[in-house]
Amino acid sequence: MLGKLSLSAIPFDVPILVGTFLAVAVIGLAVLGAVTYFGKWGYLWREWLTTVDHKRLAVMYIILAIVMLFRGFADAIMMRTQLALAYAGNPGYLPPHHYDQIFSAHGTIMIFFMAMAFMTGLLNLVVPLQIGARDVAFPFLNSLSFYMTLVGALLINISLFIGEFAQCGWLVYPPLSEMQFSPGVGVDYYIWAVQISGVGTLLTGVNFFTTIVKMRAPGMGWMQMPVFTWTAFCTTVLIMASFPVLTVTLALLSLDRYLGMHFFTNDAGGNVMLYLSMIWTWGHPEVYILVIPAFGVFSEVTSTFSRKPLFGYNTMVYATCSIMVLSFVVWVHHFFTMGAGANVNTFFGIMTMVIAVPTGVKIFNWLFTMYKGRVEFTAPMYWTIGFMITFSIGGMTGVMLAMPAADWILHNSLFLIAHFHNVIIGGVYFGYIAGMGFWFPKAFGFKLNEAWGKRAFWCWFIGFYLAFVPLYILGLEGMTRRMNHYNNPDWYPWMLVAEAGAIVIALGIVCQLTQLYVSIRDRNLPENLDLTGDPWGGRTLEWSISSPPPAYNFAVIPDIHGLDTFHTEKQLGRRAHNKPLAPIHMPKNTAAGAIIGAFSFILGFGAIWYIWWMAGLGLIGIAVTMIMRSANRDVDYYVPVSEIEHNEEIYSRRIAAAQAAE
Amino acid sequence: MAQAHTTHDGSHGSYQSYIIGFVLAVVLTVASFAAVMTHALAPGMALAALGVLAVVQIVVHLVFFLHLNTSREQSWNLMCFIFAAASVVIIIGGTLFIMHDTAINMMSR
Amino acid sequence: MAHEATMSPLAHADDHGHDHHHETPNVFGFWLYLMTDCILFGSIFAAFAVLRNQFAGGPSGKELFDLTNVGIETAILLFSSITYGFASINAMAKNKTMVLVWLAITFVLGLSFVGLEVSEFSHMIAEGNGPDRSAFLSAFFTLVGTHGLHVTCGLIWMAVLMVQMMGPQDLSQRMMDKLTCLSLFWHFLDIVWICVFSFVYLAGVM
Repeated sequence: MLGKLSLSAIPFDVPILVGTFLAVAVIGLAVLGAVTYFGKWGYLWREWLTTVDHKRLAVMYIILAIVMLFRGFADAIMMRTQLALAYAGNPGYLPPHHYDQIFSAHGTIMIFFMAMAFMTGLLNLVVPLQIGARDVAFPFLNSLSFYMTLVGALLINISLFIGEFAQCGWLVYPPLSEMQFSPGVGVDYYIWAVQISGVGTLLTGVNFFTTIVKMRAPGMGWMQMPVFTWTAFCTTVLIMASFPVLTVTLALLSLDRYLGMHFFTNDAGGNVMLYLSMIWTWGHPEVYILVIPAFGVFSEVTSTFSRKPLFGYNTMVYATCSIMVLSFVVWVHHFFTMGAGANVNTFFGIMTMVIAVPTGVKIFNWLFTMYKGRVEFTAPMYWTIGFMITFSIGGMTGVMLAMPAADWILHNSLFLIAHFHNVIIGGVYFGYIAGMGFWFPKAFGFKLNEAWGKRAFWCWFIGFYLAFVPLYILGLEGMTRRMNHYNNPDWYPWMLVAEAGAIVIALGIVCQLTQLYVSIRDRNLPENLDLTGDPWGGRTLEWSISSPPPAYNFAVIPDIHGLDTFHTEKQLGRRAHNKPLAPIHMPKNTAAGAIIGAFSFILGFGAIWYIWWMAGLGLIGIAVTMIMRSANRDVDYYVPVSEIEHNEEIYSRRIAAAQAAE
Repeated sequence: MAQAHTTHDGSHGSYQSYIIGFVLAVVLTVASFAAVMTHALAPGMALAALGVLAVVQIVVHLVFFLHLNTSREQSWNLMCFIFAAASVVIIIGGTLFIMHDTAINMMSR
Repeated sequence: MAHEATMSPLAHADDHGHDHHHETPNVFGFWLYLMTDCILFGSIFAAFAVLRNQFAGGPSGKELFDLTNVGIETAILLFSSITYGFASINAMAKNKTMVLVWLAITFVLGLSFVGLEVSEFSHMIAEGNGPDRSAFLSAFFTLVGTHGLHVTCGLIWMAVLMVQMMGPQDLSQRMMDKLTCLSLFWHFLDIVWICVFSFVYLAGVM
């Protein structure tokens, strides 16, 4: 009846987990209680949980990403603390069984549920606004994508308290992840969490590609598209090209585990090395899926705060596109040591080094954008400059690793760990935080606090170098990754420095929370309010409408005459449009996404624990909900002109108030 | 919204185009089966013939059944298809290249 | 899933009774999904290509495959393609009865394809040559089975559309979009089958 599930699956005997559970339960109950006390359930359900509005989905994605950042960071600092203790005979406080789950969960959560969710959130918030669209092409699918991501995140976090998580790293390499060596439910949690969220990501890719191709405002040709939208476009292409490969790879692994097949087993002709090749066929483009939108954020931030058009818009676009293509032919550099011959390793090594060229072009584009500009050093600009320095270093160590001969020494060492954290924290994370600061006023109508933002930056920046430069050194000294304890006295001091770095980063996160608190507290101060919808003197269309924008974004779809049309028109003093208003066709909110999400959760949980009636119920529920949704004809409505006029009236008054204040 | 509201010009096929496509598909399928079942060709040649026939038949299906063409309205569909096909070639070709080289180098097979 | 109300002014215009048959973003979005499906099948083909000779002492394709059966399956799929095509033509002409008739024929053909495949699989499993026998058989069952699963989903979709067509949706623009999407899906599965019979069955018996 309950498959593998029994009371013994709940880890009562691990004090860390019991404590975590109590903390989560208390916080969860407090939140639920608060919502009930203030009578906000109806509001939450109608306005947020069933929404198909890309801006609200964006907010929910980013909240999810921030919560997952806490979880992933908690794992990180636990690992650092373990390694700061577990030296010379001291076993530390984390037994290997638990420690292995922590490093697996850290990678999985940070990539799939922090970075991917944050990236999708930024895409949702910005892309439709930048291209002058009223929503994405398929608003319901957008809501469904969010719920798929959320369900994946829930499953992976439930593994903390019911059962266990995978102990074979964030990409669960076989044969360790096969039934023979991992008979528990940990790998199944991994597979189902990643597969379900992968469906959501794939749908996001299809959705945004269609949106960008089919729904740009009239006159917006390809070379008039804002750079962030270009990067979003390249990311969606990579999502569509690579996520099916991940789906297949994990499906084959689950067939091995569930049906006793022999794709990646040691016996009966299975081939473990095939798994490596396949997972990295997805895995390498994935890295670029994350970082390319960050490049877009930096481009927007740099040109806005340098008060100049982006230097070399065309080269930026071409560089982005060539990175997109190249990223698909470099995957072997993740397993140079697997045993392929010189032909294979040379080809993929050279392709990897070639990627450094368009990336270098981008760095110079940003530098020349700042050159002779009137640079305004806001917090997003801090993150951008921090990125340029940090990412360049990470890129250079990447080129080092791209040399197969060097990789044979550095593979699987902490040097590699330092390298990819260097590009993922220094590139992806800095970029997303810069983007959050940059577009926060657009989403909420008030700015984030600058002082706390800069404090957060300094903590992250210094903390990053303290935490990861020692790892470069340790890697060169031969320390391998995923080690639980060690005896080498030369390593110990560096591990202490790295622990200090993790603590400084923790302070950075505290600063970011304080920043959110202070910004919300002071949101009505005149210097924080964004009345005009254009707080930074922006260049692209999202700044031409009120903050936060109405559900339909644009009262009148703008006409585009070139790159940065909004900025040009501001210079010419032609702000107001005088086209007649017409009723606007909009999609209705729907609970279908949430319901399908709930059934996916039931399916995933049932399959993880071999509770087959439950998995079947989930599957049938998904199918029935989809069929009912496809029969529903009441899916859209028209916003009447009177309502649009009313909103426009309020917006004009806010602009007038802002001008009066100046 | 750049595309013009062109009127419908039979791009969704007619009885005639479906039947032409069907006949071509049957001929190509029979040729594939014949290439193998008659043992007329050496295995290497037969495999090459299968590959060529399969590609031709895929094109036939794309043109006559999926109505893919080079018109302006379909340009994005075509471009996406070419990109997907290129990705498939990279994935299959790359995997075979890597796994074959590894097998020889490691003497694993 | 692609038949949703979209935000596009294009779809918007269609709501107001313009009788254009040009593509809406729905169909384009579905085309993109098909391209991702294409890559999905490509990955399974890659796995099959790598594992194609890993018999682990078990039977090879030469001993297992019955080309007559494959020939019949291929013929059924080809016929179902053209019958779906006729359904599309009748849908354009707003001839609902004939659409239903041709869809029903397509449905029966699709069902018999799935039936043949299930019986082929069950024979092999009964003889001890199931997917857990060798890496080659794992790859074979997974590749052919994934195609069969797609056909099954297509059949369920077809049945749903036939029922919906008899209801208030009739042959509305939205229903036409759905029919076009299913048409693309159905013909796409045929293309996958070309690769399956060429590179799995025919190449397997050589």
